Amino acid sequence: MKKNLRDTVKACLDRIRDVNKKLNAIIYIDKEKVQGSEEAASLSGGVASGTPIVIKDNICVRDEPTTCASRILKGFKPPYDATVITKIRKAGFILMGKSNMDEFAFGSSCETSCYGPTRNPWDLERIPGGSSGGSAAAVASGEVPMALGSDTGGSIRQPAALCGVCGMKPTYGRVSRYGLIAFASSLDQIGPITGNVSDCASLLNVISGYDEMDSTSASLPVPDFTKSLEKTIKNMKLGIPKEYFPSNGLDREVADKIEAAKNILRDLGAELIDVSLPHTEYAVSCYYIIAPAEASSNLARFDGDQYGLREDAKSMIDMYIETRTKGFGSEAKRRILLGTYSLSSGYYEAYYLKAMRTRTLIKNDFKEAFKKCDVILTPTTPTAAFKIGEKIDDPLSMYLSDIFTIPANLAGIPGISVPCGFTESGLPIGLQFLGKAFDEESLIRVAYTFEQNTAFSKRKPKL
Amino acid sequence: MKRYETVIGLEVHTQLLTETKAFCGCRAKFGLPPNSSTCPVCLGLPGALPVLNEKAFRFALKAALALDCEIQKLIKFDRKNYYYPDLPKNFQISQYDLPFAFRGHLEIENKGVRKEIGITRVHLEEDAGKLIHTREAQASYVDLNRAGTPLLEIVSEPDIRSPEEASLYLENLKAILEYIEVSDCNMEEGSLRCDANISVRPEGERSLGVKAELKNMNSFKAVRDALAYESERQIELLKKRKKVVQETRLWNEKKRITISMRVKEESHDYRYFPEPDLIPFVASDEEIEKIRHTIPELPKAKKKRFASEYSLGEYDATGLTRDADIANFFEKTVKILNSPKEIANWLLGDITSALNERHVAIGKTRVTPAHLAGLIKLIQQKEITGSAAKQVLIDVFDSGGDPEEIVRRKGLGQIKDSGELVSIVREVLRENEKSATDYKNGKTNAIMFLVGQVMKKSKGKADPGKANKILKERLENEK
Repeated sequence: MKKNLRDTVKACLDRIRDVNKKLNAIIYIDKEKVQGSEEAASLSGGVASGTPIVIKDNICVRDEPTTCASRILKGFKPPYDATVITKIRKAGFILMGKSNMDEFAFGSSCETSCYGPTRNPWDLERIPGGSSGGSAAAVASGEVPMALGSDTGGSIRQPAALCGVCGMKPTYGRVSRYGLIAFASSLDQIGPITGNVSDCASLLNVISGYDEMDSTSASLPVPDFTKSLEKTIKNMKLGIPKEYFPSNGLDREVADKIEAAKNILRDLGAELIDVSLPHTEYAVSCYYIIAPAEASSNLARFDGDQYGLREDAKSMIDMYIETRTKGFGSEAKRRILLGTYSLSSGYYEAYYLKAMRTRTLIKNDFKEAFKKCDVILTPTTPTAAFKIGEKIDDPLSMYLSDIFTIPANLAGIPGISVPCGFTESGLPIGLQFLGKAFDEESLIRVAYTFEQNTAFSKRKPKL
Repeated sequence: MKRYETVIGLEVHTQLLTETKAFCGCRAKFGLPPNSSTCPVCLGLPGALPVLNEKAFRFALKAALALDCEIQKLIKFDRKNYYYPDLPKNFQISQYDLPFAFRGHLEIENKGVRKEIGITRVHLEEDAGKLIHTREAQASYVDLNRAGTPLLEIVSEPDIRSPEEASLYLENLKAILEYIEVSDCNMEEGSLRCDANISVRPEGERSLGVKAELKNMNSFKAVRDALAYESERQIELLKKRKKVVQETRLWNEKKRITISMRVKEESHDYRYFPEPDLIPFVASDEEIEKIRHTIPELPKAKKKRFASEYSLGEYDATGLTRDADIANFFEKTVKILNSPKEIANWLLGDITSALNERHVAIGKTRVTPAHLAGLIKLIQQKEITGSAAKQVLIDVFDSGGDPEEIVRRKGLGQIKDSGELVSIVREVLRENEKSATDYKNGKTNAIMFLVGQVMKKSKGKADPGKANKILKERLENEK
């Protein structure tokens, strides 16, 4: 057992040594600690018995760098473990290190990291998606079998889709956010990124559950998600929302693969039903009011006073200004400005309040749709992975890459992305399932059935 | 000559006496070593989340109910965003558009006239830390022990018309909060803080004048003085046909004036928005009623009852009910010895002075109702004189001993032998010939001095009435 563990860890470390330079998926790894923890993992008797895992850099791991890929948190080592970290330690995972991300999870391409961009294992010229791009690329490239990510507007599902792996955003409240460095508190959710649906269910089992340290976590019983790894979806009603299949704005190759996936699922016994989510078109603008507003407040604490970067200056205010000017990248600054503006007196009603009302409408859309169906099927992203640098100077077009993932965060419902094919140039395409709140089980069942009846998850990138 | 009216509204912050902080499990206690009572939550570390201390909310509810407030159906929190080093998250968890309680009342009585002061709102928020500035090190230190302590903000309507009324409002508020045991209202330790909005207007005018917000008043007296100064200042401005500027002014205790801190244009935009880390909840009627039942008899009701039940006058009833501990002490003593008036005299006289001298609350001393009842009984039975009793009381304060025992030990028993008293009187007259002569010449109140001398010589053991009688007889005889 111990020997096997050591082999597993060594294999991961070797793979990381071989490919991480190309990918820049993992930004921190403490080899000694990792090797030292094998024994502890084997002794823990946890269900994961030594499975290596990487953690997105916005989740606090005690005494290890946790920086949100931002200069402003340079050198910050939290004095505490996030609740999910406590849980995965107890389950016997081996924490391999921290994975790259867009700075403070602001982005869909993993290009805004202060450690430089992560590259897509399927094409090194392309982005892996974001913000959990490091986690997705690490899993896709075989550096580790599993990773934790966080999803505020698609940050787990979108990179999972673009890297050809499985990624799930659980229901808001399913997984404790205690120790997740907040981007937008009402939208953030930690979730698994794994090579297959079965691992996704196992990891979800470990991290789920009520936490008295997080008032927004749900005190509901957690089912054994691995029990949903069934290959049958007979009579499952799959809702197809027409708003997610726009005539322009959905790549043809993506549309084709989703169409094919629908047919596969129909053949497997699912019933396809047309549904409508009429307020979908407002989701992105609604999101880009609410998320930056919360972010502007959440990020206020990074001022150089207590931890992280401090730029010395003559006065306190100058120190704050200098620290924040040097510490934050341009996308972070953009969102802080956006959020500060929309919360300012005189604008609050016009922006924030209106966005909150729109959010309720979007939530109600899903409620209505789920009266007719069990699960909603959509593309995860409008296109496959784009090139590094392609959208970085065009924030609006970048923001639109989350158009199909954002509504689930606004509604608080769970979503999963699984591979459903490849473009002609060999880039992965993701299929998204959205479920009712706290019904991750149906998502696992349909995703697992699809995965088991197709071979898309088996294909690996050549590196 | 135009007359002016002063309009005042008070904003009181009071720390709730919970064992732990409002949103984390750290101890909320004054005087701990700097930063020793902190955790990731109250330090505002990245990733930490607040969880509401239910006890803090129950205390807050109790206070609001004691102030006759209506309770909000949906309880929610908001973030108040501003940058300051004593605020580790750079936002304060507070309540903005929906304070948990509103539309309350507090009655004051000024020179026999009763008046209701409206309470606009009561809300729960977290306190900030403390900055300690040192000149030597040219540095400022941050102590976050206080950060996250539950704080109740109580805002009054602009119903207050004078510094005296403001002072009465504060006294009554303090009494209520202490009665219900949710705060110790200690202004010196900062567990009660008060800011004031004040404006003036010509008498008869309906609309409000331009207001100033006063800060930095660290005692009830400072509040009164600052308001008196500011009201005067604003009236002077209006008399000179100048304008009052809307601004925040600081009370300078040394110079005894208010000084402008910032004008309205410089005021913050706090960018309030709902705190997403705390989910809104409903306070059930059941829970509210349960808490309402825990509210003890409040000062106003107790005062009324004391007046009728114990036939006490306004002064005694008010004095005894100002402090719940004193009121309880009184009632316990009355149960042992049914002499309410004497007990009131002692409690509001010598005992209050002794407490003030020692800066302690009655609960922290060794005096018990049994002691006081015993002491008064000794006087009533003419075992000791009133003045000896005062000495016994001081002894009881410090030793906690039994009054009768102390009387015996110190030999303070009243002189019962008239021969002994006569000889003391004789001595006193010999030593104070001038006073004796004064009396004989018609200055009859010289007798008071002579009685005093007899008391002194007898170490308080003489019966002053008897001494008076004997003195008079002697002096009249000698005339």
